[in-house]
Amino acid sequence: MSDILEVASLAVDIPLAAGVLHPVQGVSFSIGRGETLCLVGESGCGKSLTALAIMDLLPRTAIRTADTLTLNGEDILNAGEGRMSDLRGNAMAMIFQEPMTSLNPAYTIGNQLEEALLRHRRVSRRDARDRAVMLLEKVGITAAASRLRQYPHQLSGGLRQRVMIAMSLMCGPALIIADEPTTALDVTIQAQILLLLAELQKEFHMGLLLITHDLGVVARVADRVVVMYAGQIVETGTAEQVFAAPRHPYTQGLLECIPIPGKTRRGANLGAIPGMVPTLIGDIQGCRFRERCTFAMPACAADVSFRPAEARDHVYRCLLTPAECADNFHRKVPA
Amino acid sequence: MSGLIVEIRDVHQTFRISAGTFRGTRPLRAVNGVSLAIEQGEVLGLVGESGCGKTTLARMMLGLLEPTAGSILVKGRPIQEFDRLEIARLLQPIFQDPYSSLNPRKSVGAIITLPLRVQNDPRPETWRQRVEEIMTLVGLQRRLYNSYPNQLSGGQRQRVAIARALINRPQVVICDEPTSALDVSVQSQILNLLQDLRRELGLTYVLISHNLAVVEHMATRVAVMYLGRIVEAADTDSLFKSPRHPYTQALLQSVLTPDPLLGVPDAQLGAAYPNPLEPPSGCTFHPRCPHAMPHCSAVPPRSVPTAAGHVECHLHDDAQGRQRLAS
Repeated sequence: MSDILEVASLAVDIPLAAGVLHPVQGVSFSIGRGETLCLVGESGCGKSLTALAIMDLLPRTAIRTADTLTLNGEDILNAGEGRMSDLRGNAMAMIFQEPMTSLNPAYTIGNQLEEALLRHRRVSRRDARDRAVMLLEKVGITAAASRLRQYPHQLSGGLRQRVMIAMSLMCGPALIIADEPTTALDVTIQAQILLLLAELQKEFHMGLLLITHDLGVVARVADRVVVMYAGQIVETGTAEQVFAAPRHPYTQGLLECIPIPGKTRRGANLGAIPGMVPTLIGDIQGCRFRERCTFAMPACAADVSFRPAEARDHVYRCLLTPAECADNFHRKVPA
Repeated sequence: MSGLIVEIRDVHQTFRISAGTFRGTRPLRAVNGVSLAIEQGEVLGLVGESGCGKTTLARMMLGLLEPTAGSILVKGRPIQEFDRLEIARLLQPIFQDPYSSLNPRKSVGAIITLPLRVQNDPRPETWRQRVEEIMTLVGLQRRLYNSYPNQLSGGQRQRVAIARALINRPQVVICDEPTSALDVSVQSQILNLLQDLRRELGLTYVLISHNLAVVEHMATRVAVMYLGRIVEAADTDSLFKSPRHPYTQALLQSVLTPDPLLGVPDAQLGAAYPNPLEPPSGCTFHPRCPHAMPHCSAVPPRSVPTAAGHVECHLHDDAQGRQRLAS
C-alpha cells in the first residue's frame, strides 16, 4: 500500500526561559489511502502539536525536526512556505475542534468555502459555488444553496462542524487531519459527524488522521491506533489489538479508568492512574510513565525501546513481556 | 431511601428573549412543566442535549432563579420561604469548569473558608482545622492551603470546588457536568471521590451530565430531558436495559463504548435539535422521531406511568401507539 503520509522520528522542541521543552519526541507512523489512524492521549501528550508539526503550523519559536516527513512521497519537511501554502487546504486539510472559532464571523459560509478552491485551482466563481453546494449537500445540509449566503453565527454547532468538513473537502485532499472534531458537540451529533467522516473517507479514499482523547471514538472509527504519553508514542496497533489486548501499562490504565455501561459494575470504584504527567523541560531519560506506573523497576530509568506484542504490527514501549502485561490487565467485569 | 428532600411540582421557567429592536420579546420556555422528586440518598442523573434546560432546572433548585410557575419544596417547605443562607446550607453546587469557578486571586484556604464566613459560622477558631479536615477528605494535601488555583492541576481544582461545596455539610450536592472538562484518568479519580463522599457523608446528588456512561455508572435513577420537559424517568437499570422513549433509545445508541467491533452507530436523529424559540407542535420530539405517527404532531403526549417511572410518548399511551410498537 502506498502511504499518503509518512512520519519518522518527528520531534518538536520549544526553547523556554527554564530550558528546552520537548513536547513531541521520536514520533513515527504512516497513513495509507483510505486508512484512519487515531492519535489518542490526554491533554499535554503532544497529539495536537504533532498535527500542527505535520501541517507546518507550529508557533514560530518551536523547532521541528524529523528523519522523514513526506506527503504522497513528496518531502514536506524541507518544503518552503510557498509550497506549504499550496499544499495546505489542497492536498492536506485540517478540521479543528472549535467550529465556533475556526470560521470567520465576518464572511459568509459560501465565501469561506469557495476561497480554498479559488486559491488552489483555476476555476470560475460559478464552478466553485457549484462544488460548495454539492459538498454541503454531501455533508447533509439541507437547502445548501441558500446556506451559502448565511454567516457562521446563524448556524448551530453541528452545522458549523459540517461546514468545516465540507470546507476541508473542497480541493479533494489526500489527507485530512481532524483535531478533536466532535469534542464540543452533543453525543447524538457526535455520532452523526463521525459517521459522516467515515463515509466520506471511504468514498473519496482519503487518509484520515483523527486526534482525540475519547477512547470510545477511537475504538469505533480507527483502523490503527497510536497511544501517546508525555510526547512519546507508547503503543501502536490495530484498534482490535489495542482495545482487546492493550500491553502498555498506560493504555491499560486508561481503559480501566472509563466507565463502560454493562461492563463496569455500577458504583464500584473505577481504575485510576495516580500521579501527574512529568515535566517535559530539559533532558528526560528512561520511560516517561515510570513515576506513575505500578510495575516500575530500576531498569525503567534507562531508555526503553519498542517491543513487539503477540500480534503482528502491534508494538509497545515497555520492559515487561507481552505475557506479563496480559496478566496485569483486568478490566473490572460485573461479578 | 428515607423521604423526599426536594420536590419539584410542575415547574416552568420562561425567559423573555428580545425579538429585535421595537419588536418586543418572545418567550423561551427553558423549563416547561417539570415534576420531579428527589429522595434522600439517591443519585439522580439528569441527561439531555445542550439547551434542553438541565442547568436552568439546577439553578432553580439552588434558589438562584425563581420559577415562572410551579413550586419547589425543600424538605416540605416552599423554597421561597427559605433565606439564601439556609438554602446554601442544604444545597450546594459543583460546576463544570474548575478553571473559571474558583477565584484566581484567593488562596485554596480562603476559597474553602468562604462559605463558613458567609454563613457567619460561630466558631472562627475552628475554621482552619475544619478546612484542613475537608481538604484531607477530598484528597488535597494540607500543604496546598496557601496555594493559588493557577498552581493546581485540573483535578486538584475540582477537588477544591468539592471541598468548598462540602464544608458546611450540605445534604444535596448538584453536580453540573463535574468531569466534562477533565482528562479521563482525572475523571475516574473525581468520580471515585464523589462515590466515596456520598457513602461517607450520606449525600444526595443531582448529577447533570451529557456523558451517559458516567451517568450509568453513578446514578441510581435517571431523568431524560428534551426541550424543557422530562420525557422519561426510571431507575438506572430499567432505563439502560429497556429504554421506552425513542429519544432515550437514540441517546443510548449514541454512547460510544470502546468496542472496536461495533463501528459508529446511526442514531437516526436526522433533523437537528429544534430551536427552543419555536418548539414543534404536539410532541416536541416528533420531527426527529423514527416512530412518529400522524397525531404526534398535533397532540402533546401525556405522562404515562411505567413500572419504574414515567414516560411521555404516544407509543406507550393509546392503542394505536401500542399497535405501532408491536409491528
